[in-house]
Amino acid sequence: MADRPLPKTNEADTRAFWEATRDSRLTYQKCSDCGTVVFYPRRHCTGCLGRNLVWEESAGCGSVYTYSVVRQSYHPFFRDKVPYAVAWIDLDEGPRLLSNVVGVDDPVSDIRIGMRVAVTWEEHDDLCIPLFEPDED
Amino acid sequence: MTQKRDAAIVGIHEYPSRDVEGQVSALQIKAESAARALDDAGLSWSDVDALYDAGEGGGLGGLNMAEYFGLKPNVIDTTNVGGSSYEYHAAHAKRDITAGKARVALLTYGSTAHSRVQAIGVGGGGFGGAHPADNMDVFAGATLVANYAMVAQRHMHQFGTTSEQLAEISVATRCHAMRNPEAVQAMHDLEFLDIRETTVADVAGSRMIADPLHLLECCMISDGGGAVVIAAPEVARDCTKIPVWLLGTGEATAYPENGRDITVSAAAQSAPGAFDEAGVSPDEMDIAMIYDSFSITVLTILEDLGFCAKGEGGSWVEGGRLRFDRPDAGPALNTDGGGLSSNHPGMRGIFLLIEAARQLRGESCSQVADAKLAVAHGNGGMLGSRHCAGTIVMGRD
Ligand SMILES: [Zn+2]
Repeated sequence: MADRPLPKTNEADTRAFWEATRDSRLTYQKCSDCGTVVFYPRRHCTGCLGRNLVWEESAGCGSVYTYSVVRQSYHPFFRDKVPYAVAWIDLDEGPRLLSNVVGVDDPVSDIRIGMRVAVTWEEHDDLCIPLFEPDED
Repeated sequence: MTQKRDAAIVGIHEYPSRDVEGQVSALQIKAESAARALDDAGLSWSDVDALYDAGEGGGLGGLNMAEYFGLKPNVIDTTNVGGSSYEYHAAHAKRDITAGKARVALLTYGSTAHSRVQAIGVGGGGFGGAHPADNMDVFAGATLVANYAMVAQRHMHQFGTTSEQLAEISVATRCHAMRNPEAVQAMHDLEFLDIRETTVADVAGSRMIADPLHLLECCMISDGGGAVVIAAPEVARDCTKIPVWLLGTGEATAYPENGRDITVSAAAQSAPGAFDEAGVSPDEMDIAMIYDSFSITVLTILEDLGFCAKGEGGSWVEGGRLRFDRPDAGPALNTDGGGLSSNHPGMRGIFLLIEAARQLRGESCSQVADAKLAVAHGNGGMLGSRHCAGTIVMGRD
């Protein structure tokens, strides 16, 4: 059984993000000089010429900006997972990230754009993967 | 406004086979295509003084290709922006020729993606996590098809676009492919199951690959390649075929940003400058060669190029508007059969230039009578995340 492809935990720009996931913390950077939200993580601010980025923690809530249900994959891990949903998630704090929407009976019929979602963590040895599940009444 | 005639396409070649069965390498496809394109122009290797290469042949791109061809160019440009590389190369060749740095520019492409059984569209899992952007996405299993499908899903949500409207792109393209013997052969070689003209119902009823994109909305994965020769006016006047002038060019980049509207591609930035430089407007185009990786790629780019307003592409393409035999309705789309039904070895951009040049020469299998103006638009990378756009407006005397 193949494993989910995982991020490298030694990549210079994104290392701190993945370290935080070990404690189930979903983080992003904000520039303390100009206020720009920087995501994906970097060492420099993309809004000003500074480097005074501070890590903020997201509450993990957001909405589905758009999604697709993958019906066919040749990847050794994902080919057994079809159909599964990939989505761009807009976190309430601003960052938009790519993830999976899980915890639905049928991804084809149970997901819609604008749907409220909340993070749920999938544990691995060195990190946790942020997935999202419905968060609506 | 007077159109400038600074540089022209004078030689073209599209490698005819889409399944080389391991008998020919990508480098060999590039070299053979280069020789045929130079021959088409009435030029030879020794005339080439500028080399443009996306590096798909491996090694130190420009250096290794110069030696392989046996050239000592004054200009080497190894821009690689995926499938739009060749629109960038054409733009840069025009720029370098106009600046007096080059007289004859050679662009080549070769790929054996089909023979190597490269699952481009549904491989999934990203590019391996080396780049920080990829390192954030690698876990999600977003296939290439899903990346584009997310644009389609959002387009449908915002504008009410339907699968039937998107299918119009595939139907028009297949109609043109059936008139192109090389495209028909390609579909046979790649073992398409049902090789015929399609209907909207065929496309919208085909198997779902990644919602809402169906099988017949996805491009093929072929072998192939080609070459384009671009020359200065004083060279072009003496070439074998009529010059196809590069009238205007534009380049732009887009990537995920918080709050970005994913239904707007980088074409919205690259197109206005290209049309302005050419002194023409989109509604004057006889031909639109638009990178058809998927149906949604074309629909989005038609809007962004300015053929219709953002969000109106769905209704605009209805009723077969893009067919070659309806020139009064709008531009003929991808008259070679496109990536959907003729040729897609991974980076299709060079074929957009080649077929546009064929049309303006009067050599297409789906010839638009008296075609005078064409736009070629390459989209490289991924429409739903990070991509580069290259717009080239072309015309003949
Ligand atoms: Zn800043």
